[in-house]
Amino acid sequence: MTSDIILDCILAALVLAVGCWVIVVRDSFAAAVGFVAYGLLLTLVWVRLDAIDVALMEGAIGSGLTGALLLRASSRLGAKEQSTAAEQPGVMLRTVAALLSVIVAAMLATAVLYLPDPAPTLAPEAAANASATGMANPVTNVLMAFRAMDTMLEKVVLLVALAGVWSLARDRYWGGRPGPRFRSDPKDPLALLAQTLPPLGIVVGIYMLWEGADAPGGAFQGGTIIAAMWLLAVIAGLTDTPPVSNRRVRLALIAGPLLFLIVGFGGLWLGEAFLAYPVAYAKPLLLVIEFAMTLTVAVTLGLLIVGPPEREGAP
Amino acid sequence: MISVADIFTVIAVSAGAFFFMAGSVGLLRFPDTLTRLHALTKADNLGLGLVVLGLMPRAGGLLAALKLASVWLLVLFTGAAVSQLIARAARDGDQDDE
Amino acid sequence: MTAAVVFGLCGAAAAGLGLYGAIANPRPLRKILAFNLLSSGVFLLFGVIARRGAVSAFSGDPVPQALVITGIVVAAAGTALAVALLLRFFKATGSTTLSAGALASAPADSIDE
Repeated sequence: MTSDIILDCILAALVLAVGCWVIVVRDSFAAAVGFVAYGLLLTLVWVRLDAIDVALMEGAIGSGLTGALLLRASSRLGAKEQSTAAEQPGVMLRTVAALLSVIVAAMLATAVLYLPDPAPTLAPEAAANASATGMANPVTNVLMAFRAMDTMLEKVVLLVALAGVWSLARDRYWGGRPGPRFRSDPKDPLALLAQTLPPLGIVVGIYMLWEGADAPGGAFQGGTIIAAMWLLAVIAGLTDTPPVSNRRVRLALIAGPLLFLIVGFGGLWLGEAFLAYPVAYAKPLLLVIEFAMTLTVAVTLGLLIVGPPEREGAP
Repeated sequence: MISVADIFTVIAVSAGAFFFMAGSVGLLRFPDTLTRLHALTKADNLGLGLVVLGLMPRAGGLLAALKLASVWLLVLFTGAAVSQLIARAARDGDQDDE
Repeated sequence: MTAAVVFGLCGAAAAGLGLYGAIANPRPLRKILAFNLLSSGVFLLFGVIARRGAVSAFSGDPVPQALVITGIVVAAAGTALAVALLLRFFKATGSTTLSAGALASAPADSIDE
């Protein structure tokens, strides 16, 4: 056993230990904090699996965004979240659940141990067709060119989720501002953070988008960072959430999928197929789509976190 | 042939790991929130600084080394601000209880 | 015993843990947490398949990696919707568990308003 494998086993054991803790601990706030730590450990696991783009996504969205969502939920639900003894499931249900989980885990583990050798892979085809886009990052090629349909539909899924979140507003707040009004205190360290970090964060986000063409990165990762900077400013009270009926907000939300659709139909009209990029213009087209996508992803993720409208919008 | 740079990396990263462990021991053993914050921020910032210092010889050029250093500076900055906020929340929580 | 196999077993165990948490814990917020654990386990399995598809120039098969990236975003959107539903339910009924009758006995104006 080489030292690499030993380190991997230690990392896997840590991941499982934190995962067990998240399931078992009584306090929901502690479970949410544990989930953030779990996500960060998973980021390390993804790096060990040589999937740097996925590691960035896991760190940004899996750990950061979802963690923020769960922390906010557990603090809003507050003390009432502790379940009473009457609602604890009986031993029968817990035994059945444990049995089911063990069976499922065993089946998955058997599948892992008996994966076909040599492993089937699409990497050679991805390498052979990389000249179609002129980008060196294979994952970006797959996301934006070879499986662009998936990415476009994913944008639409994000919008549908956002529409679902907005539909949970009370009737009289429809179209209003999401979330509470956070008070800003200029002497607060939070205000200092919110004034210093966003410029840096926006630069880092755009850098990640730009580098995603040839190195790990991309529109999703960059968009998440920009969304996080906006959320920081909102939480520090430096800016207020816009009313969701705001025309510019809605334009930003549909910019990504709309541009994708336009380019897609352009490909249909100009020649071969839906979402076929003409090879000469592939890279500029993809960059334009990625910029629009980053804007949409940033606005959508930010709005998904702040939740449904809870206040009247400005007249 | 082990070079001087490799020895430096091993020593610095090990020292950084030691400080991280010291911070974690402080987190587990100190009695209340404020002392635990103290252990975490002092030990972890120094630990991260030593790890970054140790990784500098292995970074691929000046730009990458600067990026590593900027990571450390960002962690320092946000760690300081966040521990202030946690300490304030802990102190306010204590005053509410009295 | 390669890194891929170790993390594949880890992913299988994480999926089992998430399934247990989703069934056994009565609180909806903990179920949402457990579902996230379950999905992270499944994504790890994808990652293992991607790692095993390594070829000379690439260190991993990019197609499963792209699928996981899409999956992580969609899972986050689903979690956001679930949390928003839970918080609305809590505001309407004041209870954080899905016991029978909680929604039926909630005051009508807090829901329809």
